[in-house]
Amino acid sequence: MEDLLREYLPILIFLGIAIAISGIAILASYIVAPQHPDSEKDSAYECGFEAFDDARARFDVRYYLVAILFIIFDLEVAFLFPWAVSLADIGAFGFWSMMAFLGILTIGFVYEWKKGALEWE
Amino acid sequence: MIIQGLAFYLFAIIAVASAVMVITARNPVHSVLWLILTFFNASGLFLLLGAEFLAMILIVVYVGAVAVLFLFVVMMLDLNTVTLREGMTEYLPIGLTVGLVLFAELAVLFGGWVFSGTVEVSRASPTPALSEMTNTEALGALVYTDYVYLFQASGLVLLVAMIGTILLTHRVRPGVRKQKIADQLARGRTVELKKVQNRGGI
Repeated sequence: MEDLLREYLPILIFLGIAIAISGIAILASYIVAPQHPDSEKDSAYECGFEAFDDARARFDVRYYLVAILFIIFDLEVAFLFPWAVSLADIGAFGFWSMMAFLGILTIGFVYEWKKGALEWE
Repeated sequence: MIIQGLAFYLFAIIAVASAVMVITARNPVHSVLWLILTFFNASGLFLLLGAEFLAMILIVVYVGAVAVLFLFVVMMLDLNTVTLREGMTEYLPIGLTVGLVLFAELAVLFGGWVFSGTVEVSRASPTPALSEMTNTEALGALVYTDYVYLFQASGLVLLVAMIGTILLTHRVRPGVRKQKIADQLARGRTVELKKVQNRGGI
């Protein structure tokens, strides 16, 4: 347990340094730079016109399809890691259990390929 | 040891604080970003418990994929922060009811954990020491053989999610002209050179 955490100590130190440097950068800009706040500085400016409409545009639902397909195959790969590590211990049953799992997901993969869900258009 | 304790309080405090920010932030996109910070800190807590694999999976799956999905959902919903504030009193009873039901369920769960007799057994179940077995190995030794039905069920859940998403969101747009290389190659020699007679035309 202690050994495991000792291996992660450099990451913690790195995290601390990163937080310190970014904090210093923000604080220093508050202290060193001249501060003259003005509401005009925060107002929207679009080539001299008032902003025409909201900057918040709606995304097409197709992005959602891509994201969820990514999650599904991400999870599939996440299941592969412990399987690959312990394949020597779990024997033929473990092997074929994973093959069945991959087979189920391959059915889905063939379905989405045939449906054209991977095509962007 | 003291660093471990300090790291625990750092991660725990930031996790709780950013969880509070998730529900109080006015902008839904900011909420998602706070949620990502919460995931990172939860992953740090898992690491302190020695659950190395879970910590890494939390970052890969939750930060890498689920948070992106949440961002897409927020961007798709066309949320207006002004109209979102309206109807707060209208939704408050429903929200409180859901919160109460969730709290009651958690209370029953933890009550069962404390008072049930089988708990002693599962608490005493052998957790392999990290020095002899990494927890990726320990998971691999159980998931694919002892819990094979749950494993296959998770595969089926993923399949249903995949097919459901395709059915709900995929539609073929008519009138889209794409290059089909196979069709082009299968055309054969339809283009040829012709000798045109002078003043004759084709």
